[in-house]
Parts: sequence; structure tokens; C-alpha cells
Amino acid sequence: MTETPLTANIRPGEPLDLGAYERAGGYRAARQAVTQMTPAEVIDLVTQSKLRGRGGAGFSTGLKWSLVPKLEATPPPRYLVVNADEMEPGTFKDRLLLEGDPHQMVEAIIISAYAIQADSAFIFLRGEYHLAAKRLQRAIDEAAARQYIGPNSFGGAFSLSVHLHTSGGRYICGEETALLTALEGKRAIPRAKPPFPQISGLWGRPTVVNNVETLCNVPHIVNNGAAWFIGLGKDTDSGTKIFGASGRVRRPGTWELPMGTPLREILEEHAGGMQDGYELRAVLPGGASTGFIMAADLDVPMNYAAVEKCGSRLGTGAAIVLDQRTCPVGMLRNLEHFFAQESCGWCTPCRDGLPWVERLLAGIEAGQGAEEDLAILEEHVGLLGPGRTFCAHAPGAMAPLATGLKYFRADFEQHVHDQHCPWS
Amino acid sequence: MARIQIDGRDFQADPRHNLLQVALAHGINLPYFCWHPALGSVGACRQCAVKQFSAPEDQHGRIVMACMTPAADNTRISVADPEAIAFRASVIEWMMTNHPHDCPVCEEGGECHLQDMTVMTGHASRRYRFTKRTHRNQYLGPFVKHEMNRCIACYRCVRFYRDYAGGEDLDVYAAHNDVYFGRDADGVLQSPFSGNLVEVCPTGVFTDKTLSAAYNRKWDLRSAPAICVHCGHGCNTQVSERGGQLRRILNRFNEEVNGYFLCDRGRFGYGFANDAHRPNVPMMRDGLGVVRAAPKKLVLEQLSAALHGRSRTIGIGSPRASLEANFCLRELVGADSFFAGIAAAEAECLAEILAAYRAGLPAARLAEIETADAVLVLGEDVTNTAPRLALALRQAARTAAHEVAETLKLSLWQDAAIRTAAQETRTPLFIVSPFPTQLDDIACSVLRMTPAQNIDFARALHEAITSVREGEGSVQNIARVLRAAKNPVIVAGCALGMKDLPAMAAMIVQALRAQNIEARVAFAVAECNSLGLAMMQAQNVEAALRAAAEPDTAVIVLENDLSRRAPPHEVAALSGTKKPLVVLDHMATPTTARADFLLPSGNFAECEGTYVNAEGRAQRGFPVAAPPGEAAPAWIWLRDIATAIGHPFPAQHFDVVMQKLAASLPEFAGIVDAAPGAGFRVAGRRLRSEPHRYTGRTAVDAARTVHEPQAFRPEAAPFTGTMEGYYGAMPAALIPYFWAPGWNSGQSLHKFQEETGAMQGGPAGTRLFDGRAATPLSLPEAAPDHANGALLVLPQHHVFGSDELSARAPSVAELIPAASLSLNPADAGALGLHQSAAAEISIGEEKLRLSVTIVTDLPAGTALVSAGWPQTAWLSGPVRATLRADAGDAAP
Repeated sequence: MTETPLTANIRPGEPLDLGAYERAGGYRAARQAVTQMTPAEVIDLVTQSKLRGRGGAGFSTGLKWSLVPKLEATPPPRYLVVNADEMEPGTFKDRLLLEGDPHQMVEAIIISAYAIQADSAFIFLRGEYHLAAKRLQRAIDEAAARQYIGPNSFGGAFSLSVHLHTSGGRYICGEETALLTALEGKRAIPRAKPPFPQISGLWGRPTVVNNVETLCNVPHIVNNGAAWFIGLGKDTDSGTKIFGASGRVRRPGTWELPMGTPLREILEEHAGGMQDGYELRAVLPGGASTGFIMAADLDVPMNYAAVEKCGSRLGTGAAIVLDQRTCPVGMLRNLEHFFAQESCGWCTPCRDGLPWVERLLAGIEAGQGAEEDLAILEEHVGLLGPGRTFCAHAPGAMAPLATGLKYFRADFEQHVHDQHCPWS
Repeated sequence: MARIQIDGRDFQADPRHNLLQVALAHGINLPYFCWHPALGSVGACRQCAVKQFSAPEDQHGRIVMACMTPAADNTRISVADPEAIAFRASVIEWMMTNHPHDCPVCEEGGECHLQDMTVMTGHASRRYRFTKRTHRNQYLGPFVKHEMNRCIACYRCVRFYRDYAGGEDLDVYAAHNDVYFGRDADGVLQSPFSGNLVEVCPTGVFTDKTLSAAYNRKWDLRSAPAICVHCGHGCNTQVSERGGQLRRILNRFNEEVNGYFLCDRGRFGYGFANDAHRPNVPMMRDGLGVVRAAPKKLVLEQLSAALHGRSRTIGIGSPRASLEANFCLRELVGADSFFAGIAAAEAECLAEILAAYRAGLPAARLAEIETADAVLVLGEDVTNTAPRLALALRQAARTAAHEVAETLKLSLWQDAAIRTAAQETRTPLFIVSPFPTQLDDIACSVLRMTPAQNIDFARALHEAITSVREGEGSVQNIARVLRAAKNPVIVAGCALGMKDLPAMAAMIVQALRAQNIEARVAFAVAECNSLGLAMMQAQNVEAALRAAAEPDTAVIVLENDLSRRAPPHEVAALSGTKKPLVVLDHMATPTTARADFLLPSGNFAECEGTYVNAEGRAQRGFPVAAPPGEAAPAWIWLRDIATAIGHPFPAQHFDVVMQKLAASLPEFAGIVDAAPGAGFRVAGRRLRSEPHRYTGRTAVDAARTVHEPQAFRPEAAPFTGTMEGYYGAMPAALIPYFWAPGWNSGQSLHKFQEETGAMQGGPAGTRLFDGRAATPLSLPEAAPDHANGALLVLPQHHVFGSDELSARAPSVAELIPAASLSLNPADAGALGLHQSAAAEISIGEEKLRLSVTIVTDLPAGTALVSAGWPQTAWLSGPVRATLRADAGDAAP
């Protein structure tokens, strides 16, 4: 049995309260970090553990923290922000962690905020996560009552206030700079980098934004050490990961598995394979903004580098399965509808390019596609690429389209040729 | 300097600039939308994409936005890179997916930045075949039209309106390709700078409603460089005409005066000039006592006879007439008989401002105001008296943010990043005022006190600065901040008619400068030539009326409505006597109604004229059209009168008049350099006044007459008046309109600039007081406050209503509130007055009936009366008054 530190406390029903969480070994790491380690030691430990961001980008967490200026150079306030705006289609891993073990989140926040010497932490939670909001707030209140958070955390010199903010609800709020803008009470529009949030983030102060799952690893790293954490992974990447599967699989769900678990194992063993009458055609391995992986590549180990080599991204690790009875053009139209609608409207290519893409796809699906439509779609894949748009929203939207145009070319052409969707 | 290579050519660039600025400064046509030289970069439109190469061996490069990339040394980019070209065309193609392509019926057409950029990128054929999104347009008031379907979402409007100008009622709503720029509901735009949206918007979402009322394409408008006549700030404008009517005003960039922006009073106030009932024939009183039109020759003969043998002819000049016209009147009647025609209280304020300049205290230029690191406003509601100055002070509030930016190594064009980093960091700006002002929102501290306390406070502050005594309290605190500043600006003006305010502003600046602090003054004055007239050292209007009351005295009034300068009973003394009253004006006023001789003159858009603005800068405006009918420039009437009575006169030509003025009053020596004279030529040619595409020149009047109209030819200006002539690089003072090949919109301005923000050949105008040796000023004597229990009434200015000229523009008139009397709740309550009640207020012999406005934040015993309304305009300073509820309930 592999270790599942992130989900060890999670079981059906109410999550552990503070007492039960502590009896299960909780808050030991936080107490140790805050009272016995220096912030630099915590950062070093996390750097050594090779923990990488679980929100999709895979940036080294320790490195991200180390870019925050020293307290002597930039006086308080400074902020830790938890990105809990889980809106990636098909992804529900953070929800599991927040609903299932809210004290793990709070403990992770204490250690991480201590590491960067943040005096305030904000949890930016997806607005629809009502249950998570309720449970998190209860956990925060319990921790505050015990003075684990608040002034003089664990009786030491470190003080931290933790605030829960429920989002007004836009996909773009998951982009870390748009999240900060929204948290300031402004329109959720991304910011240009540099300056990076570590230098000028929330309200212009040094700020670190981390994904829920990323942070939840931190207490376990403190408890068990970097080497242990590295050992959890199957190959190049350390730790476990909450993988998921949705689509026409027998058992859609999420599972905590070692980094590097092959995609086939996730889908065939954990998700139970395809439902009767359905065949797997392709997979979006890490949410809607990752490229398709075809059935032939299912043996790819789910680590950052291998999935990238396969022409996609690990993303959130929550796979969406396309079956043979679903029109790929229709699936892409559905995805691009989402991305076009969720464009914040700031930059031209994303704001006006994505709706065009959506309508081309809708036209093709409705049997009104024209010969040149595929060329225009191909063009958009390049024109909405990284660097051309203000943030990564449109490039993310292009990932499934780029691979879709490549792998499902014949389907597209058939739609246009027949002026009809073969699946309808 | 940084070395920047663009498509293989090397350029020197300011490393504080971005690559878009560098490209434009070197004449490279790189399209853009969201970048604005005054608003900085935000990287939203993605139009200025170029290819950047990282190292000499980098062949591949990557697409970057020029506006978001610093001009770092050894940067290598390509504008001509095929991938960059293709991307830029795509950006236009995307914008065009929803743009309605209604250019033929769009009022932006022909001067549309979006049109220009579309042509520039080469996007020509449409591939998007789906429906477009549509929006509902809004009513935004009398100045600005709204057509949201044309929007390309560059975000410039909200960035200007909110971030730059501090407005709150225009915003961006919704998201994705449905973003909507407008108000939360239909209604008048509340910012007095809303008209700039017309120029800031790169396409036809926001257009000029006053131009729309009698619309012509830009290419069908004759234009001329003009000076705004609606306050004393002296903004540079371009005024356009067709068919004998002024059609619009645009901003004319002057980095030291108005930069890229005007206020709405200045932009839309021109409507006064189109009054169909303005005097346009000479008139005189006949034997029956009726004033009738008469031939010019006869009028001049009769006038000459009427003046003949008088013991004295006095002249009353005008702060809204040019220096030259005032000088000609002064020459005609003699310096001793020339009066300034300014009310006493205002004249005293102007004298203090001049004293400050003569003592070598420098007036802040626009950029010096905008970058001040501390500001004190002494008793002036600048937004209502000199709006453009207020807009500059709003930028000064961000100087502290720029200091934050410096610590993060951000360049000033990184607008969004600076706003994030600085958040609410604001430059210390203190406002001392008896009543709320529209800059209170950016002040770090607002001190509300009575007028007398204002002065006391200023004296105490001066004392605290001079003595360098440490202590507590607001005086000590402000003194400390000012002493710690590097380049503070102290603001005052004439609006309250309290001379000690400008005097103390000067004293404070002098005290700071004595401590080697680069402090400057910034003054607000009421009219376009208030300061220029004050420099002529003539007596005020009270002295003029006393002189006029002497027997056997003739009076010549130059473009001045005396009912705005003195209480009605004093002005009434002018009429009904045997003396001839000669009035020159370009509009009908209560004073022209009293005239025995009325000579129609030309307004600012019809005559050459030099004006001295509040900072002491001489600037010249040029005519865009001939005065209507038999109207003529005032100085020409005065010349004709001189000829008729056989009096020697300065000259026959405008330029010579101006030179004579410069020679006879040494303080005006600099005005000859304010703009090139009538003899200015480029390659032997005058400058053209109309675009080369001007149409219908011979048929413009065809509906009325088949005769080909006489072409307008401004004799005294270096313009042809027509589409012939030179157009190209020219002095800033002479640019009639902005145009460049491929750049039909006002964005072509950059083709006339050396680099962002600097005109080729330097800014227009001449500062008359620069280089003066510092001489000590003395502290004004403390004037005891003769409080006698009566109410102290102060004039309260309003951006729409207080200015005589713009109040007559129909669009402005729509926004003029009813004249009111503001009282604090206790004072009102004591008299049983409630909001909107009618009150009768007695000031000396005069009575005013006004509607009451309750203002909670007003010191007890102090009341405000709307200043500049026809019935209240004569109130130019604080007066004691008694008040009672008006029996007749409804206020007039």
C-alpha cells in the first residue's frame, strides 16, 4: 500500500475537528516549524523536497518562496494567498482536500506563511464551494481559539491572521494575478509580469500565491523530511498527486497516487476502465486547458516532463476522457465556449479571438463549416499562443484545439465535407 | 541613452521609454491603441506587437508588445518581421469581428485612429462571417455622443476618465467580448473633463455632440491655432470652422500648459460665438434716442463728432480682449485715461500675483505641477476656476506613487504596475478652503475654516516655515512636509477676491526658496487675459466709473460687460447722461444695450490676439474666419476711431501694433516671440488652413447664393486661409490641425513631436517673467476681520456658469445649475430657511433673490453665492450681507 499523506484523514462524513486532527498527528509540523525552525530552514526544506506547484504550472514551490524579499529589505505587510478557485473543468481535487481535511489546509498555511514571513493569509475560494467554505471557516475559528493562528502563533513570536474569501466567480480568478486583483475588490483582470507578485502582489505588497494541493504537502514534508517526500514519487517528480478521471469511465473520481503513476493505471485500475459500449479515444490529462493524449500513449507516466513530451501538460492531473461515441468537434466547441465566455475581456486576441473560434466550431458541428474554417482555426492556435495574449488563458484554450485539429483532422474534414455531424 | 536596433537600423533612445515610444519618435509607423502618452502602457490591445531577438545570434525571436517592453540598451527588434506583421493584422481582424464598419455614417470617419491603423496593418478583407454583438447606447449629456457598437475595448476611456481624471460615473461593465464602457444608467457625464473622451477614444464610440449638431468631416473644416478664452489657464486649442460657424475645439498639445487634455468648458464653450443675434453691424443712437444700424462711415463721423471737444475720453479695457486691443484703446485715450475694467477685489489679487512674478518667484509649468512632491491649495476651488490646473494637480497626487515605482525599478509608462505597487500612496496635498472643493478626494488633509482663518493659517504656516520651529498641530505638520519636499507647488487664485491668499502663497514659496527648496507658485485667474491686462497697470473698474461720472466725459468700453464688474446701481450711472458711451463687443450684453455707439468686433476665433495666461506666458491665437458682417477686430475699430478724430495711432498692421506694445511697455518685450508673425513662411509659402482634401470651397454657400464666396484670407497671420500653402513641420504655435500621411486622426500629433511629450522646436508661447532676479516680498499687513454679525458672502465659482462666454454656449447652458445661496445648516435654521427655499440677500444697496442650498461642511457665518451668473457676476470678493426668507416663496 502506497502512502497517501494528503488524504489520510479523509473519510465520508464530517471532517476531523481540531482535536481529532491533532490526535492524528496534526499541527505537529506547524508547531515545530514555527517554534523550532527558522523561515529559511523551512524554505530550504521545501526546496530540497522538490515540491512543484500542483495548480498546473509545476513551478518549484521553494524557489517561488525564496523570491520573496527579505523582511529587512521590505517591511510588512506581506501575504500568503491560497488559490482555491478551482474552476478548471473536470477538476475537483482541491474540493476534496478542503472539504475532507480543512485543518490540513490551515496547518499548511501556518507553515507556509511562516516560511515567507507573511502576516496575513487569504484563502481565495471558489464561490460555489459552500461546504468547503463552511468547514474551512470552522477550522480557522478552531485554530484561532487555540492560538495556532492569530497573535503569537504557538506561543512564539510569529503572528498570522487567516481570512477566507469566497470568489464572485470567474475562471480567470484562478490566474494568480487576476486573483490578486479580484481580492483587492477590482475587476478580475490579470497583471503584467514583471513585477512578480513576490515583489508587488496583493495591495502592492510581497505576496506568494500557491495552489491548495501544493500547500497541503508542506506539513507532511516538515514531518517526514525531504527525502521521504522525494521517495513518494515514482520517478522524476516527488510526492503524491491527487489524480482524477471524468467522462465515460466506470468509476469517475479522484485518487491520491504517486507522482509518475501511468495514465493507463489511473484510468483502467482506479477509474475502472470504460463503461460498457464505450471505447477510450483520447484524454485531456490535466483539465480543459491541456492537450489531448491519444489512446496509444496511455502508458505515459503522469509526471511533468513525460506528459509534456507527449505533447500535453500534467495540468491539474484530473483527466477528462473522450470516448468514441462523443463528437470531438462538439467537445471542443463546448470547451471553447467555456473559454470564450470566461475571457476577462482585457486583451484583443483572447476577447475577440476565442468567440470566433467557438463559432467556427459551432458552425462546423452544425454542418455549416467552410473549407477555410480549418485553416482559420489552425491560425488561431498560433495567434493565441504564449506571449501574444496578455495571460495564459487563451494559450490554455488553444491546447485542446491544437491537438484536436491534429488528431481529429479526419473528423473535422468529414463534418465540413458532409455538412453534417456524424454523431448527430 | 540606450542603443536600440530596429530592423537593422540603430537608434538612440531614452531607456526610460518603451519600444513603442522609441519607434514612434523615430518616424516608424507602428500601430497601437491602448497606449496613450499620458496614460502609459497596459498591454491590452496587443496591436504594437514586434519581434524581439534576445542575442546577436538569435534568429528566431519572439513576439512582444512594444509598449510593454523597456528600451533597454542593446535591444534588437523587428517591426517588419512577417510574423509580427501577420499578428498585427490579426489584431485588427479580431477587433473588426464586432466593429460595425459604419464608417460612412460615423462621425469619427476621416479622423479615426482605428481606420488609420486598419489601413496600416493591411487587414482588408473580412473572413468572420458570423453575427456581431450589439449594445444599447446611452445618453451621456450635451457634450458626448455614445455609440458602443464601435468599441474595440482598448480601455482608454475608463483609464482616462477614472484613473487620470478622477471621474467615477464611467466604468467598464460585463466581460469577454461583451465588455461595455458607459455609465450604470443614462445620464450626464459628471466629470468636467468628459470631452477628452472624444480625443482619447481611438474610434467613434465617444464623439463630439456639438460638432454633430452641424457636422462636417475633419477634411472639410478650416482650422487655426487658438488660445482658450474660458479661464486664465491659457490652454492651446485648435478651433475649426465651416460655413461661417465654429464647429468644434480640439486640444493643441503644449507640454508646458495643457498637455493632451482640455476641460469641457474650454472644449464646448465655443458655442457663444455662433449666436445668431450677436451684433454684426455698427449701430448708433439716433435723434429719437433709438439705437439703430447705420453705415460704418456715418457711425464713425458721428462718433468723431461726439468725442470732439470732450474734456476727457476714458477707455475701459477688458480681461477677455487681446493685449493688442487693450493697448490700442490705451493709446487712443492715453495711459492716464485707460482703465482695466476689472473689479477691485480681483484687481488686487492680480496685483499680488504680478508682484510675486516680478519678485522672481517662478510659476510652475504643467509638468512641474504634475510632478510636484507636495501641494498646498490656499482657498481656491481650482476644479471650478481653472479646471486644467486641477487635472494637473490630480497627477501631482501620483508623484509619491512614482517614487514607489522608482524603488521597484518601474518606468513611469508601466501604469498598471505602478498603480498596483503604489495603491493608495499619494503625494501630500493640503487644501485650505472655506468650503468643499472637488480636489478634496485626493487631499491628505482638508482644513475647513473661515476666510479670515484661511489667511491666519497661511501666515502661521509662513511663520512656521521661516522660523523652522518644530511643533505639533496642522500648521507645523504642513510646514514640515513642505520643508521636506523637493519641488512643492503652492496654489492660490483670485476666485474669492481675497488678495492675501495669492500674496501668502507667494510668501510661502519665497520662504521655501530661501531654504533652497525648488518651490513654485501656481495661480488660477478668471479670464484669458486677466494677467495681461493687469500688467498694464491700469486702475480698476470702480475708478473708471468714478471717472465716467465726471461731467463731459466720453467712455469707450472694449469688449467688457460692466454689469459683471460693478454693482448694478453703480453701472446704472453710465446711462441716461449726455455722455457718449461707445461699446465694442462681439456679443450682446447689458452694456452693449446701454451703448450710444455699438461697434461689432470679432471674437477669439476671428482675430489675431496675444493673451497672457496665469503663469505669465504670452500666447497668440489666430483667426479661423472673418468676423461676420461688418464686424471687425476691435483694434481695427480703434484704429478707425483714431483716424476719424485725427489722433495718432500705433500702426496699420497687427504685428506692428504688437511690436509697439512690446517696445512701449518693457514687461511685454517677450510677446514678439509668442508666435511667428504674419511674415512667417516655409519655403516661401504661407501655411494652409484647410486639409488638402477640403471640398466644396466654391459651392459651400450654393444653397443661399450662386456667387462663389470670397476666400477667407487672414491678412495678419501667416496662413493662407485655404487648402493651398505649406503643411508639414512647423512651429508649435502655428499648427492649425494635426495630420500626417497615414495618420488622419489627432494621434498624428507624435509626428510633430521630438519624442513623447516634447514638441519639435519647443513649446508654444513665451514666459514673460522668467529669469527675474529674486527680490524680497513683504508680508501683507494683517487686515482685521470686521465681523459685525452679518453674514460673510463669498463668490462660489462653477465650471459651468461662472464664465461669461461659455455660459452662452447652448451645450454648456444645459448644465448650468440655478444660481444659489449656500448656507450651513445652523445659519439656515436660524432664519427658518430650508433646502431650495427662496432667500433675499441684501448687500449694500443691492438685493439678490436666490434659492438656498444647505452645505453641512461650511463654517458658520459664511455663505456662498454662485459667482458669474448674470445677476451675481458683480460680486467679486467677500462682502457682508444680511439675509431674510423671501416672502414670495419660489426663488427666481
